[in-house]
Amino acid sequence: MNASFFPPPILPSISPPLVATVPTLHFGQASFDHRGHRLLAPTTLTLSGCQRTLIMGPNGAGKSLLMRLAHGLLTPSSGYVSWQEKTPTQAMVFQRPVLLRRSAINNLTYALAVSGVPRRQRKDMALEALEKFGLVALAKRPARVLSGGEQQRLALARAWLLNPAVLFLDEPTSALDPAAIKAVEDAVNEFHRNGTRIIMTTHDLHQARRLADEVVFMYGGQVLEHTPAHRFFETPASTQAGAFLRGELVG
Amino acid sequence: MVRTVMSASDNPFYTAVAMILGMDQGLIAIVTLSLKVSLIAVLIASLLALPLGAALALWRFPGRNTLIVLLNALMGLPPVVAGLCVYLLLSRAGPLGQFGLLFTPTAMVIAQVILVFPIIAALTRQQVEALHNEYAEQLRSLGLNQLRMMPTLLWDARFGLLTVILAGFGRASAEVGAVMIVGGNIDGVTRVMTTSIVLETSKGNLPLALGLGIVLLSLVTVINALAHMVSETAKRRLG
Repeated sequence: MNASFFPPPILPSISPPLVATVPTLHFGQASFDHRGHRLLAPTTLTLSGCQRTLIMGPNGAGKSLLMRLAHGLLTPSSGYVSWQEKTPTQAMVFQRPVLLRRSAINNLTYALAVSGVPRRQRKDMALEALEKFGLVALAKRPARVLSGGEQQRLALARAWLLNPAVLFLDEPTSALDPAAIKAVEDAVNEFHRNGTRIIMTTHDLHQARRLADEVVFMYGGQVLEHTPAHRFFETPASTQAGAFLRGELVG
Repeated sequence: MVRTVMSASDNPFYTAVAMILGMDQGLIAIVTLSLKVSLIAVLIASLLALPLGAALALWRFPGRNTLIVLLNALMGLPPVVAGLCVYLLLSRAGPLGQFGLLFTPTAMVIAQVILVFPIIAALTRQQVEALHNEYAEQLRSLGLNQLRMMPTLLWDARFGLLTVILAGFGRASAEVGAVMIVGGNIDGVTRVMTTSIVLETSKGNLPLALGLGIVLLSLVTVINALAHMVSETAKRRLG
């Protein structure tokens, strides 16, 4: 099923333009508290370039939180999170895909409607995206009775239609079987080839090795490392990262 | 009206069947008026209460909790109290007396809207809030503000909201206190199923009163069955 996913040529109307420069995202002493608990220590971090950034760490390290701050779903309790120039177009794919109680294709046309695409173009664009993600046969099916892998592919198709300069993915494969994981990873790479910056959380080391250009390693609500992927996997700087890589670190 | 049937039998079930089969003109007029008043009241109440309930689910503002508690409390508003309030508003000396609406079906609709509105608003708030918890991050990620979330959430909660509206209809079609006070139970003008039942009971015609009760219950059952079928079919198709 994977072979059919991303056939060239890519249809021009829905392929994201090659983004020459992706805006840089700054965390300036950004922290986050919830009900008196500090969930993210003051963090200074700069994410730049059209890279695939993998945020790693054990459960409860604050990976999802960092991503929600970056995407703007949460605002920091102190400090700031901001894009250097104007805020780029963004999309996010969640661990458990949030699909509307409508057919697969209507989930896509909904996203297009919301982003202001004229009505007459929506259906064709949605069909192209379904085709691209191998979902055409399921177009009329209720989105919420699709399998986990199909739902996540539909969520990716929706993100694809939004043409994002930055794509956030929060543990997108943690509930999927190997074939579905491969489909999601292929899609991530396809986004990246088209000039979309990837920011993704995972606790799967193998997945991180396959995808990462750079790694942000978190532990206990702190960013401990922000390094190129090869250096992170070969010579992690922190003892926690070393332990995590050996599978000895419990969140 | 149903005087022809009155003597037919002391058995309320037989009376009910005879009334339905006999297509008694008086009965048809009463049933039609009952349905018309309650359905229009539910329609108006829904148009007002669905957006308000959704707004209450989505916006945080000072006094929000007070409003929610008030709406929940008003779900139990006694129909006679609602009827009395509308009566005072519409009576000759009341602020809306000039329109001459008292003892008309319009007055009955107004009273029932007041009864049904809090039920639909309060239950809509609950349904939409639950759905919002699930959708919020995705919808905000898509760039929607609360105002634009409203139609999406109302549409996606549609199956639950149908039940909410049916609860409102149940309240409207079952109550007697409000329509009795503001309608006056005038034969051929404002007499509905429930007020007829009260009247026949007070006259001692218990089989007829019970027969009318059975007709009323059957109608409400049919309407609920239709709504259930529509909802189940749609649910199967849309998941």
